Amino acid sequence: MSKKNPLEKQAAEQPEPETDILLKPVQEAPGSAFLSVRDLRIHFNTDDGLVRAVDGLTFDLDRGKTLGIVGESGSGKSVTSLGIMGLHRTARARVTGEVWMDGEELVSADADRVRQLRGQKMAMIFQDPLTAMHPYYTVGKQIIEAYRVHHPEASRRDARAKAVKMLDRVGIPQPDRRVDDYPHQFSGGMRQRAMIAMALVNDPSLLIADEPTTALDVTVQAQILDLIRDLQQEFGSAVIIITHDLGVVAELADDILVMYGGKCVENTSAENLFTEPEHPYTWGLLGSMPRIDRERQDRLVPVKGSPPSLINLPQGCAFHPRCPFADRTHGASETEIPLLVETAPQHRVACHLPQATRKEIFAQEISPRL
Amino acid sequence: MYILRRLFAAVLLLLIVSAVTFAIFFLVPRLAGQTPTELAAQYVGRDPSAAAIKAVEQNLGFDKPLYQQYWEYIHGIFAGRDFQYGPDASHCGVPCFGYSFKSHLDVWPLITSRLPVTASLAIGAAVLWVVSGVGIGVLSALKKGSLLDRLSMGIALAGISLPIFFTGLISLALFSYKWPIFANDVYIPITQNPLMWAKNLVLPWISLAFLYSALYARLTRAGMLETMGEDYIRTARAKGLPERTVVVKHGLRAALTPIVTIFGMDLGLLLGGAILVENVFSLQGIGQFAVLAIQNQDLPEIMAVTLVAAFFIVVANLAVDILYAAVDPRVRFL
Repeated sequence: MSKKNPLEKQAAEQPEPETDILLKPVQEAPGSAFLSVRDLRIHFNTDDGLVRAVDGLTFDLDRGKTLGIVGESGSGKSVTSLGIMGLHRTARARVTGEVWMDGEELVSADADRVRQLRGQKMAMIFQDPLTAMHPYYTVGKQIIEAYRVHHPEASRRDARAKAVKMLDRVGIPQPDRRVDDYPHQFSGGMRQRAMIAMALVNDPSLLIADEPTTALDVTVQAQILDLIRDLQQEFGSAVIIITHDLGVVAELADDILVMYGGKCVENTSAENLFTEPEHPYTWGLLGSMPRIDRERQDRLVPVKGSPPSLINLPQGCAFHPRCPFADRTHGASETEIPLLVETAPQHRVACHLPQATRKEIFAQEISPRL
Repeated sequence: MYILRRLFAAVLLLLIVSAVTFAIFFLVPRLAGQTPTELAAQYVGRDPSAAAIKAVEQNLGFDKPLYQQYWEYIHGIFAGRDFQYGPDASHCGVPCFGYSFKSHLDVWPLITSRLPVTASLAIGAAVLWVVSGVGIGVLSALKKGSLLDRLSMGIALAGISLPIFFTGLISLALFSYKWPIFANDVYIPITQNPLMWAKNLVLPWISLAFLYSALYARLTRAGMLETMGEDYIRTARAKGLPERTVVVKHGLRAALTPIVTIFGMDLGLLLGGAILVENVFSLQGIGQFAVLAIQNQDLPEIMAVTLVAAFFIVVANLAVDILYAAVDPRVRFL
């Protein structure tokens, strides 16, 4: 609740809409955080034109913290995570900007250096654990391979012992027996646990989970999320959770970054996002999310329309064709791309609506409906 | 259990093939109105007397019921058989695939003497086409759209389109007559002189491998393009594996599975006789034997060569099934 105060004060002190623009723009120099992404752009040349999948993304993430990146399909979430991991093939993707991890810049780094960091210092788990594991190798072999590529000195026996230990740690029963099973002999939830074991086998400082629970059924989802949280506390790594499901990030994330059309539209703490969301798109996401922690709920309100084509983004604010409040920006949203500005400490928003108007709309029209 | 089941199916299949083949040669003519006497007449010299025909008919057992003839044939394969021909009696040893009354020889030794030729041709070409086809396919897939890719796929298209009697004859004309590098020579057994064996087989190998490696290059390319887009390849890269390991251990391993299947079938088919290549290069293999047998209407020979070809295909099938289980762990549990 204390986080609310500066926001209210600011709004009270600066009632004039124009002062919004005077709020300080987002700092672009790499911070001291463990992971600093600065103006990351990932563009793909396709036959149909240039796809700006990620267009100027900036955020920081500290060790031991979890960042949730939220957005619809095609908002650039997964492309961002693959970009940080250096997994885009240079032939097709053009990656610019900076990704600083522990004082090392990765975008301009040598490909072999990034490969060494991959799986060792930064690891990733994927959406569909069925297709993400190789069907021809045992689960143990795949974990051992992940371990030995970064620990060439380790003997087969040690690596195997390590794999069994990791499987045990992620809650797979009889790990010394299951280690020799093939992925198809595992259930979906078990497979995702095995993927997590594989990702964490080298004790990475950064773990990226790309829709880790989307392919799983609901009861298993909660188990996997609990597991990720427990492991993060144990290993102290920084975690990025990519999801379209606000419920997932509500459980796990310290900070949330909402993406739309390859850009960040709102970035704040998880608490702020659920209590003081400022961007109309965030309101839309919240309104379309079923909540069992609220007593009364009329009806879920979908965000009207569909996500924009990344080849042909709408002029101005990419969200304006779907934004119910675009008419209150006096045309600005149709011509100018809104800048991401810090409206309060730890709260960045990219919207043409004056902050006071946003607060008013939220208090009067949005909040009662949620 | 899996292997036992497959083995049982293979034996059953061979029995069915033999019964069908037997029926085609002995039942169908009879249904069409041919009498056992007319059949026997084919095995006697010109203008035979009725008595001579009758004797042959009895000696060959054409007067017996068909199922009994079939039983004697199968029995002969495992136990040997005695034939009466005129005043002579001849014993046909195990495995007895019949006695050719046209060449006056047991059929089986004729086939075994030709087997090494066909085997040398098929296996040598197979090694060549697997190495070149898979190699080119992988490179093309990795450099998709590059000059190398387009060039090799163009050549592959030509390789698939050109018939083997064309490429074979062209290669003979160029490298045997215009520039006599490889003489169009007789087959020399590998046990006699391995170097000459190989040298005399270079042109047939290349002609045969050209066709197949073109096919395999395209198959491998398509398979690699598919597997390299799989999620588990992304996982392998995310683990920080070197690209070489990703391609070979994760990509190629999966892409090879369908190729193993087709390879088994192709090799089995060729071992049963590479008819065109053997005829173009005058190699005295099973394929040429089959052509001669058909030209001579030598039923026991045709029957035997059909069974041998079927045997190779069934065995290849069996080998593929077993290999498949070894390659893809999911198969065993189906």
